[in-house]
Amino acid sequence: MTSTPARNTKVMNRFDLTQRLVSKLKDEAVIGGIGNTNFDLWAAGHRPENFYMLGSMGLAFPIALGVALAQPKRRVFALEGDGSLLMQLGCLSTIATLAPKNLTMVVMDNGIYQITGSQPTPAAGHTDIVQVAIASGLANSSWAADEDDFERLIEQSTQTAGPTLIGVRIDDKPGTGTTRRDPVQIRERFMHGMGVRQLL
Amino acid sequence: MAAAEQASSQKTATTWHGIVLQTLKRNEIKLVPYVPDRVLTTLIKDLHADPYFTTFPTAREEEAVGIISGAWMAGMRGAVLMQTSGFATLANVLASLAVPYQIPLIMFVSERGTLGEFNYGQALVCRTMRPVLDSLAMEHHTITRLDELEFIADRSIKQAVTTQAPVALILSPLLTGGKTFDK
Repeated sequence: MTSTPARNTKVMNRFDLTQRLVSKLKDEAVIGGIGNTNFDLWAAGHRPENFYMLGSMGLAFPIALGVALAQPKRRVFALEGDGSLLMQLGCLSTIATLAPKNLTMVVMDNGIYQITGSQPTPAAGHTDIVQVAIASGLANSSWAADEDDFERLIEQSTQTAGPTLIGVRIDDKPGTGTTRRDPVQIRERFMHGMGVRQLL
Repeated sequence: MAAAEQASSQKTATTWHGIVLQTLKRNEIKLVPYVPDRVLTTLIKDLHADPYFTTFPTAREEEAVGIISGAWMAGMRGAVLMQTSGFATLANVLASLAVPYQIPLIMFVSERGTLGEFNYGQALVCRTMRPVLDSLAMEHHTITRLDELEFIADRSIKQAVTTQAPVALILSPLLTGGKTFDK
């Protein structure tokens, strides 16, 4: 069971948390889910190991799983919104079953579809996403109590022999930047970042 | 070659699922997530039995597409197995991930809904498949003959990889026997 119930967690800010994560990184992959999640990842400073989704809502964790399976020695972070994850809850079971040791998932939970007009999600106020993850078989799932706890959980995930999911409650602020919407360039640069391709 | 291995390779050379498995292997496609279908049962079982492959079920077909896309970008080739009705859930991910990001997504679709279908819903959903593929100008082939399977599958996989474009290989009941009505 999670040691930090959702109701006791601090409401944080997506961009601030994303910056805290990115500042620690070297060659780790980061998959940014659709919308504000990858806008803030972009704004935190572009790096070739980042992949930005421009659609396919809900697939940040599956894409990250694919990267983690292909490169088991590389740490893979996936950043996803709560509304996005609700579209693809089944992927939590798949990830629990495959149990990649190098995957850290972060759920940015504000209970709303911020980018479409801040409508509440069907889960808002009723569903505990970390409990859903635990019930799906992801034992290393917990809410971050505050920013320091988030950084501690990120660090801890890199030492854990299995996938980790970190839930963070965030405010209703929009994304800080806007990802340049060039899918081929995003993919090509990411493949370069993964050491699969040389840039032309 | 050991006798048992020879017998096994003869078997794989004469069945559609054996040819698919060998063609995947020859093209270094190791990652094969799937949402199952009755027709795919033997292929799925044989993929699980072969340590060359990493194969597992996913909850939805688009989840498998996401996994394959991530793996491709990180240097591992994959293919997705599904049924017609599963393909019908994919329009969004094809239009917003596989096609615009130029990902060589290889799909094997077991065709339900035609040539003896007994479920009207399957017959209807089948009719949505080719229009969706055509609307995105995606390469697709319907494989009906055992003697054409290896050529079509092998060439299509190579084309997908070299042109960085998705492909759907539709396995017709003429090839697989399909699923027939039995009480």
